Amino acid sequence: MAWAESENRYRDERVHDACGLFGFIDTAGHAHPGSIAVEALCSMRERGNGLGAGYAAYGIYPEQADHYCFHIMCQGRHARQELDEYLRRHFAVVHDEPIPTRETRGILDPPLLWRYFVVPLTAQMGGRSEADYVVHHVMRINTTLEGAFVVSSGKDMGIFKGVGHPDQIAEFYRIEEYEGYLWSAHNRFPTNTPGWWGGAHPFGLLDWSVVHNGEISSYGINRRYAEMHGYACTMRTDTEVFTYAVDLLMRRHELPAELAAAVFASPLWNELEHLPPKRKALLTALRQTYGSLLMNGPFTIIVARQGGMMGLGDRIRLRPLVAACQGSVLYVSSELASIHLVAPELEHSWMPEGGEPVIGRLGQAPRVPARILQEEPLHA
Amino acid sequence: MPEPVTPLDLAANPTGEAITLDARGLSYRALNEQLDAAVTAGATAARLVNVYGQRYIGTNLQRRVRIDIEGVPGNDLGAFMDGPEIHVHGDAQDGCGNTMNSGLLAIHGSAGDILGHSMRGGAVFVRDDVGYRVAIHMKAYEDVRPTVVIGGTAQHFLGEYMAGGVLLVLGRRLPPGAVHPARYVGTGMHGGVIYLRGRPNQAFLGKEVGLAPITDADRALLGDLLGQYNALFGLHVSADDEYTKLIPQSKRPYGQIYAY
Repeated sequence: MAWAESENRYRDERVHDACGLFGFIDTAGHAHPGSIAVEALCSMRERGNGLGAGYAAYGIYPEQADHYCFHIMCQGRHARQELDEYLRRHFAVVHDEPIPTRETRGILDPPLLWRYFVVPLTAQMGGRSEADYVVHHVMRINTTLEGAFVVSSGKDMGIFKGVGHPDQIAEFYRIEEYEGYLWSAHNRFPTNTPGWWGGAHPFGLLDWSVVHNGEISSYGINRRYAEMHGYACTMRTDTEVFTYAVDLLMRRHELPAELAAAVFASPLWNELEHLPPKRKALLTALRQTYGSLLMNGPFTIIVARQGGMMGLGDRIRLRPLVAACQGSVLYVSSELASIHLVAPELEHSWMPEGGEPVIGRLGQAPRVPARILQEEPLHA
Repeated sequence: MPEPVTPLDLAANPTGEAITLDARGLSYRALNEQLDAAVTAGATAARLVNVYGQRYIGTNLQRRVRIDIEGVPGNDLGAFMDGPEIHVHGDAQDGCGNTMNSGLLAIHGSAGDILGHSMRGGAVFVRDDVGYRVAIHMKAYEDVRPTVVIGGTAQHFLGEYMAGGVLLVLGRRLPPGAVHPARYVGTGMHGGVIYLRGRPNQAFLGKEVGLAPITDADRALLGDLLGQYNALFGLHVSADDEYTKLIPQSKRPYGQIYAY
């Protein structure tokens, strides 16, 4: 995409380090201000380098909860005009407005940022589900409208991201003014792709958001598999393909999060050999069916959608992930200190194994692994 | 046998001054500069409170000074450390004791991944559990041998590419003789020794290590390390339980790959 190329004034394609991730869900559905995610993420400043940060928030548009909310970035007024016309051709626009921002020191040349609350035009859906219709048009916009794209497209949620440090992006988007029951946040240290506004995390499609630390060395095969199923990879980063893989497995193929995790971070073949027969048969079948969606290489991700969140690391844990809970809130992060900072009364914290998903669902109290609960010392 | 690391006797340094630093809101750079200034001015002990993720604590202090940390210190705690004694009163993160040279790191809780990475000397004691790849590429030179003692259990790839030093994992919450959960212990190991209280998971043992009999010298070393561990944390893990000794099968496991 020309926009991505023109914005890489930093020449940073080969700068290496790790990103910072943070996320939490209040499984009782209570709303929490964005300042919690901001404070936690800012404590991991060293994990990023100012070339990207972002926040995804759920439950933030309760008055428009029945409408898809498109967060849009446009490179100039012409692109926005084209986008506006496109959306009005294919959707009923219930409401639209600029995304509120404030002038922030260090935030350079932000794109035009707009949000639309829309309803798909039933007459045009042609037998597709609403969700498939939305996905189709998000892909069309991102591949054919030069200088415009959709940052998030779910109901009662939104993604706010750009080029800057976590504190700058938070100040710019006035993150502290939003309240949600689920937040995920990302501090970027771009490795193999440019630092540009669209390339910041989280990535979104429908109400999915994905933040990611690491690099997917199986990107080529994952991308081809996603493209075979109608997804267009336009944003020059491996995290995008992860988002589409999540949508394919968990929405279209209806795999529960636990099984999607076993596809992305399948146990090694020699470990499959040692599993009980039924488990071995299930995981072998998944691996045979979805081998092309095995995510190889070092990664940790936080995947979220309305009602749930999952933290997951690669199967030999080449990137960090810690989990913790306090009351009805489940936290995941790259660093334990960031959780203690915002939740001083933590009841349990633990390090999930590689490939062991940490899953929080609305309405279900956070689940702590049995091995953590059995911490009564036998020999103390 | 590695030289035992005796905790600092503060009573023996009556001239020194103990100070307290509030780390809340400080960058790692500011915190470490303030600590360095206090130690240079003569403090022999420092208490750091409200520590939340500040990195590299203890890296720049090349002398015997005691540091007590309340909160959660950031990654690379005691990296390249040469002399200080650090106590963390809670959990620590990744990379504790990275390339540490001398001194003592005592974690009164659990720690994260790659603890003791490339460690060259001194001692690290962890009361509870640790993450992946602990003591990766730890090394030794002549009689300078680093020591890592883990009171709980380790996650996988324990002692990966280990080249020297002593690594002891107690699994104190496991019954005597139990199999440790860590897989791929000693993968690529080519020096040093790993002791487990209990047994390794033989189905997933690193290909480059083998079991060796426990000798009287091993028992003496275990007794010494357990004495230090129990004294540090007020616990009573026994040196008389079943222990397993793992040593590398070759000093150059990859010699055939890289050499002609």
